[in-house]
Amino acid sequence: MRIALFITCVNDLMFPDTGRAVVRLLERLGHTVEFPDEQTCCGQMHANTGYRDEALPLVRRFAETFAAYEAVVAPSGSCVAMVRESYPSLWPQAADVASRTYELSELLVDVLGVTDVGAEFPHRVTYHPTCHGLRLLRLGDRPLRLLRAVKGLDLVELPGAEECCGFGGTFAVKNPGVSGAMLADKCAAILGTDAEYVAAVDNSCLVHIGGGLSRHGAPVRAIHYAKILASGEGVR
Amino acid sequence: MTGTGHIVAPRPFPAMARPELADTQLRANLRRATHTIRDKRLRVVSEVDDWEELRVAGAAIKDDVLARLPQLLAQFEAAATAAGATVHWAREATEACAIVTDLVRETGSHEVVKVKSIATQEIALNEALAEAGIDAVETDLAELIVQLADDTPSHILVPAIHYNRSQIRDIFARKMAGVDLSELTDDPPALAEAARRHLRAKFLSARVGISGANFAIAETGTLVVVESEGNGRMCLTLPETLISVVGIEKLLPTFADLRVFLQLLPRSSTGERMNPYTSMWTGVTPGDGPQRVHIVLLDNGRTDTLADRVGRQALRCIRCSACLNVCPVYERVGGHAYGSVYPGPIGAILSPQLTGQDAGANRSLPYASTLCGACFDACPVRINIPEVLVHLRQSGPHPPGERAAMRAASWVMRDRRRYAAALRAARRGTAPLRFATRKRGSIVRHLPWPLSAWTSSRNAPLPPRQTFREWWALR
Repeated sequence: MRIALFITCVNDLMFPDTGRAVVRLLERLGHTVEFPDEQTCCGQMHANTGYRDEALPLVRRFAETFAAYEAVVAPSGSCVAMVRESYPSLWPQAADVASRTYELSELLVDVLGVTDVGAEFPHRVTYHPTCHGLRLLRLGDRPLRLLRAVKGLDLVELPGAEECCGFGGTFAVKNPGVSGAMLADKCAAILGTDAEYVAAVDNSCLVHIGGGLSRHGAPVRAIHYAKILASGEGVR
Repeated sequence: MTGTGHIVAPRPFPAMARPELADTQLRANLRRATHTIRDKRLRVVSEVDDWEELRVAGAAIKDDVLARLPQLLAQFEAAATAAGATVHWAREATEACAIVTDLVRETGSHEVVKVKSIATQEIALNEALAEAGIDAVETDLAELIVQLADDTPSHILVPAIHYNRSQIRDIFARKMAGVDLSELTDDPPALAEAARRHLRAKFLSARVGISGANFAIAETGTLVVVESEGNGRMCLTLPETLISVVGIEKLLPTFADLRVFLQLLPRSSTGERMNPYTSMWTGVTPGDGPQRVHIVLLDNGRTDTLADRVGRQALRCIRCSACLNVCPVYERVGGHAYGSVYPGPIGAILSPQLTGQDAGANRSLPYASTLCGACFDACPVRINIPEVLVHLRQSGPHPPGERAAMRAASWVMRDRRRYAAALRAARRGTAPLRFATRKRGSIVRHLPWPLSAWTSSRNAPLPPRQTFREWWALR
């Protein structure tokens, strides 16, 4: 299948290793990944902060860039939620490409029909279901099914998993006190699991959670689940 | 007409939240209370097979009401009047307070007993009555606690949620006239008994009762009050005069519509299958209950809200407070941080819509959310609160610095070359930081303003040496 990767601007700059993991994973599964060079940002930050006019050119740009592809995949629950849930009302012509845009676990489980991606990751991992993955995309247990199939992975349940970590995009800087209080509770729940890694479908939540854990010198590391799924035999 | 009253944020939300966040006792009280109600609600909702259909029905009935509001209001007025009630119309809070105050004055009474009512809190009725020399006694246990403490409610359903029982015992000991200190412990039955004795005297002497209403039935002119304690029932039946302040969005077209809402409301609010007391009255029944029945229909910004295509869904709200109980922001800061009698997610969209975005610091309220969506999932009438929050954020003016940054970011991202150059610049610009942090693995602990808000509670990573698109171009 001809799959276009939408890397997202945050991953492009800050977490290219997540993008490399998605490419490795999909190619290992026998698919061709393309990277349309014209892509930039989905406009989520603009739209959610109240800058609809500034978001619109980015919406149109996304729709034009990805129009020709059978499937678009992005390693970010919130960017995919922006495209699928908000694009149709922002710019109706984007509805078609929006309906073919998938978060990684949707592409793997629903479109490609795989849950065991042949990965190996011998570590204790807990999973934080990000709000937009959970309540906008309704990813359900798709990411967990993928993680459970990973060889050697010890998946531990996160107490209060469905509670927001406190990131919320510009909320983190507009309401730093409340965001920090929510983060502290999330970090305490993660530490209580004795996991080595906390995994999620979104690096923006993970940079917040990971930054909180690192501030307190906690031994737990935040990791995008694509990197876990791409790990194992024959992987650089 | 724009609404007025206790529904305006006086100062920006982050500033209002600061002292609340620092109050560890408050944080503990809120965490325990919200999680208890949250879990109860989840249990009783999950046992209803057609819960989603009920939510859809509730939303549809309310949308129908909003679409035909003028017609249904006229129908309600006619039916209530025919049944012996007197209907009054109030455009905003001051007018509503004046109507109620005059009605109480006409009775010659200087004391009224009150059923828990957020509409009367919204219009600041107690303060208006006090100015006229009329003593308003709150009879709902939690409202009584808040009133005795000279405080304001911090939750729609549980106004004293910010207090624990030992704090309540202290309030009673200090403020409740004639309380027997030897028997007053922080045991809930002892506290309830003290309140019962205190209130019983008021119920028996009061000649005027004041209430709100959960529902107003257009077809019959009936008002409905749903409560747990029975104190409301006392206020609704014992006095000679009953005055009810009712928001115009409280209408339901027919009596039969209650079958949907009497399932949705108790399960969503107190987490009960059914509430203990449901009182309904239709005008005056000769020889039984209040013989003078007044209904004050309150607009106070509701028709303004109705005019907004996206925002009008907020008028479906039945004040269950499920959204407060599931909100991670409310759980950390409590209701007072919102500066309005409508706190939490619903308050963040209702207050600015009722009183205008330019009133006080209302513009900060729609930003008091991570858009996590828990409120939408919990709402029994499917108000898409995140959608309305984002909608309200669209209307400027935005802070000039932020606006400039957002415009610049949008301009950069409209062009691949500008975007790629910006990524390179971001990496180069942070290169000195990388050098300085090389021993700490590219982690930054302090960033300059405005990014210092980020590093106030978390470390920040630095961009790696290669962007994804650079890697892709070289592979």
